[in-house]
Amino acid sequence: MKIAPVTNSIKPYKGKWGTEQAAHLVRRTQFGAQWDDVLYFSSLSFKKAMKELFKNDDIVPAPPVNNYNDDKYTDEEIAAGQSWVTATKQSGMNVGRRKNSLRSWWVGQMLNQQRSLREKMVLFWHNHFSTEINKVDNATFSYKHNALLRQYALGNFREMLAAITVDPCMLKYLNGANNVKKAPDENYGRELQELFTVGKDKGSHYTEDDVKAAARVLTGFRIENKVLPDAHGQFEPNRHDTDDKQFSSFYNNTVIKGLKDKDGANELNALLDMILQQDEVSRFICRKLYRFFVYHDIDENTEQNVITPLAKTFRKNNFEIKPVLKQLFESRHFFDPNNRGAMIKGPVDFCVGLCRECNVVFPGDADYVYQYAHWYNIQYAAAQMQQNLGDPPNVAGWPAYYQVPVFDKIWINSDTLPKRNQFTDRMLTGGFARDKQKIVIDVVAYAKTFANPGDPDALIDECVQRLYSVPLPDKERLYMKQGILLSGLQGKMSDHYWTDAWTKLSDLTENVNRKDVTNKLKNLLQYLMALPQYQLC
Amino acid sequence: MKRKDFIKNAVAGVVLPAFFNGISLKALAGASLAHSLKHLMNDDKVLVLIQLAGGNDGLNTVIPIDQYDAYLAARTNIALPQDKLLRLNGFDKTALHPSLTELQQLFNNGKLGIVQSVSYPKPNFSHFRATDIWMTASNSDTVLNTGWAGRVLDNWYPKFPEAYPNATMPDPLAIQVGSVISSAFQGPAFSMGLAISNPNKFYNLIEGKTDVQSDTRWGEQINYIEEMSLKTDQYADVIKKAALKVTAQTDQYPAAGKNGLADQLKIVARLIGGGLKTKIYMVNMGGFDTHSNQTVDTDKTTGNHASLLKKLSEAVNAFMADLEYLQVKDKVMGITFSEFGRRIKSNASGGTDHGAAAPLFYFGHSVKGGVIGENPVLPATATVQDNVVMQHDFRSVYSSILQGWFGLPTNDIGTILPGQYNNLPIV
Repeated sequence: MKIAPVTNSIKPYKGKWGTEQAAHLVRRTQFGAQWDDVLYFSSLSFKKAMKELFKNDDIVPAPPVNNYNDDKYTDEEIAAGQSWVTATKQSGMNVGRRKNSLRSWWVGQMLNQQRSLREKMVLFWHNHFSTEINKVDNATFSYKHNALLRQYALGNFREMLAAITVDPCMLKYLNGANNVKKAPDENYGRELQELFTVGKDKGSHYTEDDVKAAARVLTGFRIENKVLPDAHGQFEPNRHDTDDKQFSSFYNNTVIKGLKDKDGANELNALLDMILQQDEVSRFICRKLYRFFVYHDIDENTEQNVITPLAKTFRKNNFEIKPVLKQLFESRHFFDPNNRGAMIKGPVDFCVGLCRECNVVFPGDADYVYQYAHWYNIQYAAAQMQQNLGDPPNVAGWPAYYQVPVFDKIWINSDTLPKRNQFTDRMLTGGFARDKQKIVIDVVAYAKTFANPGDPDALIDECVQRLYSVPLPDKERLYMKQGILLSGLQGKMSDHYWTDAWTKLSDLTENVNRKDVTNKLKNLLQYLMALPQYQLC
Repeated sequence: MKRKDFIKNAVAGVVLPAFFNGISLKALAGASLAHSLKHLMNDDKVLVLIQLAGGNDGLNTVIPIDQYDAYLAARTNIALPQDKLLRLNGFDKTALHPSLTELQQLFNNGKLGIVQSVSYPKPNFSHFRATDIWMTASNSDTVLNTGWAGRVLDNWYPKFPEAYPNATMPDPLAIQVGSVISSAFQGPAFSMGLAISNPNKFYNLIEGKTDVQSDTRWGEQINYIEEMSLKTDQYADVIKKAALKVTAQTDQYPAAGKNGLADQLKIVARLIGGGLKTKIYMVNMGGFDTHSNQTVDTDKTTGNHASLLKKLSEAVNAFMADLEYLQVKDKVMGITFSEFGRRIKSNASGGTDHGAAAPLFYFGHSVKGGVIGENPVLPATATVQDNVVMQHDFRSVYSSILQGWFGLPTNDIGTILPGQYNNLPIV
């Protein structure tokens, strides 16, 4: 299929700034289009909206808590409801429980995200600097890693890279902690180049010798873990290879001079400087950002007119992340209507986004056991759809963000598509219940937030506007009205029956009517969410 | 897990629609396992259920002309003029609404029958509860979690869905044309039915078309997802194949979009004609909840109810003609049903309120026509309290179909329907 071209201009967008545009921006930069957020952003000027999006003063979230005491285990060190990230002891009995606590908590951060880019950038970096909670098998390390992603989410890429390199979680995951001069472990030295910086696109020509040389530069770091909450990467001079390291012509035949004693740690800076001098780094990162936030396919036109200028901005701003994203999100290209709905939602975005869009109420902090249990239900649902937050399939992250040519289409297959439909169905019908604490979409409360829910056409229009980023054929609208909202009602063709039924909702004695209206709303949303359009953002 | 919870979870988790190009499949799964077909004697017989949602006004559908004065007195503002009523050969006391000309023809040709005053003890007047009772065949004061047709299908096709589709039953067990699958198809754990939610989608499926044809980035993504939907759906293929075997249908159907029931029945006829082994189909039309303005004052043979009945009559007639055209006429019988009838006395807003018993139509090229039962007895001065009294339990209609049409042994019927019911001479 030939796809119509889009504007490839990275120049500032000067067009209309209204609900549609704000919805597009919110869908891409937050989890789901929570309609309050869309209205809020569209009420601001374009400039102020962008400022709000990029504000980086989100509060640091309270860390995950002990939600896991049960009949088989009670954490002796950390009281129920208290954070376990300060725990000094980890055991076989609590590590699994804490890992699940962390996974749940992370989903909680997404569900309760601020109106800024940060939370989605945390997911971007999680996919970029992939680690797996299960493999690392240390909940404290994984939490600290998450906090690090959060801290640098909109910060400086070079600083982030330096911090990640000596992060205990990463040192464990990619064996940096085992990388010693006698027997260098090349794992991190390779991924640092192949996955984290220069990549393996056409413009990247690092060699196998460069992998070996980088590994030797990085010898000596280990995990200092005497006090668990203070675990950190530490440089041990006696484990470090102090010889000079020769790099290939791709790196301009750079020699990183071997340094002795404590100075050996500084070779890391030289290595990062050398790598970041390659323009390919900025291009590679910008391509990844583009695929995460805009569209999977980067043709030559896009490479030249979008990626290249973004990469230039990245370098010019000393690898600050914000200016690049700002330029991207403020561009004509981003707001080209043809870019709307061009992405298939990832499972986490799909599941968390559904809850946020439909204002699903989760138990509060006081009911943390139930709160975490329900956060976990969402995490688990996304995992069933092949995105297990915290545990990407490997260090390359999820294939949807790199696998040529399928990219995000990989999310949709004969197993996952029914699961997506079952999830939306479930959230609309029984939801998830534990004891008396239940998460479910309250369809009546949701419809009450609409401008004119009593008018069946307006109701359907607003559903489509809120839930879809793409247009819907009129045939479908007509079907939804006549086949769902007005079905079984007297004078099927006349809208006022729905209006009457909706108006009567406030009359609590009209139980039958309430049930009828509720069912029709459920059926309407079920239908809307099962159409392919709902898979797009 | 409690049985009820299991069913609830199954409904939430598995049964609800997964849409495949808009064809919503309520239950599907499974590999081919050997299984034994129990008691499926009349293997090629098909039943079509036509739900008239809202509570059809039986007294203005089938009129007791032997009591025309009482009828006129009870509902002066909506009473149909005596001289416009359609007469039935051999049944002088009973007549049809003037809109039902096609059904009159079918009746006079012996292809349509009427069961008088169908209901159940202690009738319920809520749409939802009454519909549930008809769908589950429960008593008025008990709640059943399975549908009557679901229990029938479970009896014939045990181990659904895991053992299906298979060589013996490669096709959906039951098909509903409509967005919301009927609780009549609910089996012990899974819905036994598959829903074709939207007639447009049916034609898209068989013609390989999509609603969205856009050369945009999103259009390309949608096409991909729709394609994947079709691959996901193990029944899409058999439905498509059956539909494609039928290249022409009768020209008696109203134009597409003019008569929703006819559009649905046209799909059913095509699937039956194409050889689908599906046993039970359900279609529906709504709008029968005629509390007001049931007729037009200046001409009471017109108005809301008249146009609903006209659609019903045209649709059933075209469907019957099509069954003959497609050479499957002796395989199929159908019934109409509604959750309740309406009050004998009309109300001041030119309509009728929720009532009790009402007549039911059954049809087919090989049914025994006629009127089963007597006209309801109307009081000389009807009050708002007066209802049509039950003569036939709706479950004797079900029971008669199971035994007379499908050949199900009495013992099995005893496990499907609560209680024992008289057999009516419908087949």
